[in-house]
Amino acid sequence: MIARLIVSILCGILFGIGLVVSDMVNPERVLAFLDVTGAWDPSLAFVMGAALVPSALAYRFRRHQSRPMFDDRFHIPTSSSVDARLVVGAAMFGTGWGLVGLCPGPALAGIATGRWEVVLFATAMLAGMLGYKLTILGQRNSALPNNGGRKLQD
Amino acid sequence: MSHLNVIWPISGGLLIGLSAALYLLLDGRIAGISGMTASTFGLTGEKVSLPAVGFLAGIVCGAASAFVLIRQADVTISSSPILLVAGGLLVGFGTRLGSGCTSGHGVCGLARGARRSIAATITFMTVAAVTVYVGRHLVGGP
Repeated sequence: MIARLIVSILCGILFGIGLVVSDMVNPERVLAFLDVTGAWDPSLAFVMGAALVPSALAYRFRRHQSRPMFDDRFHIPTSSSVDARLVVGAAMFGTGWGLVGLCPGPALAGIATGRWEVVLFATAMLAGMLGYKLTILGQRNSALPNNGGRKLQD
Repeated sequence: MSHLNVIWPISGGLLIGLSAALYLLLDGRIAGISGMTASTFGLTGEKVSLPAVGFLAGIVCGAASAFVLIRQADVTISSSPILLVAGGLLVGFGTRLGSGCTSGHGVCGLARGARRSIAATITFMTVAAVTVYVGRHLVGGP
């Protein structure tokens, strides 16, 4: 567990540095990418393209591994069904992202700037997650028979 | 906003991808920020995951040190408080309902060719672009 925790902190640090170096913490830069009919800035495409290289190599390499180094199994979703929840959720996320130019990673990294706007956004984001837990997630849990103490797979 | 030099997004993207790669091969997990945020604040219906807390703390510390050592913060936010709250609520609720955000679906999901992630990424990219178009060119600025 200690090894897993240290790895997660180090990976978080790399991720946070990456968000600052790529300027994805700057909503103006992200909105300039999304503004395809305006003064378009291709940064986000370069960021995702570059990120996919080590990430795709790792997911390919993973097929030859029976387990990760510090856990007894991989925790990777297996579902492949594109359902309404997925699409409606992604559309809601896209709307919020397009309104402000912040998604969860940059919202957290941006807290390091101490800007009140980022703190307000991040707080509202947590409230949205709480709203999901209290409505949809609560309903799904109570809809399951004998769910006392049972883990819900998401 | 500073003029674009492609070295920045490419090197930043490589760091993000390296983070996702190491998290997969060492801890066996997807570097999905929305899921880890929900877990950190006890909003998943499951136990808080300590590595998720560590990852989030790492993001804030990594960003803070990068602002000091590598690249000065040049962050422009022009949204009104009402838009910040509305956007935050939609991002929080939507990423939970849709099981992921730009990192989990965009970086990790696309990398492993997951159908759900491809569908989610196309959806949130398209809807975000339409939202910006409506906000900037039809309604006239946020």
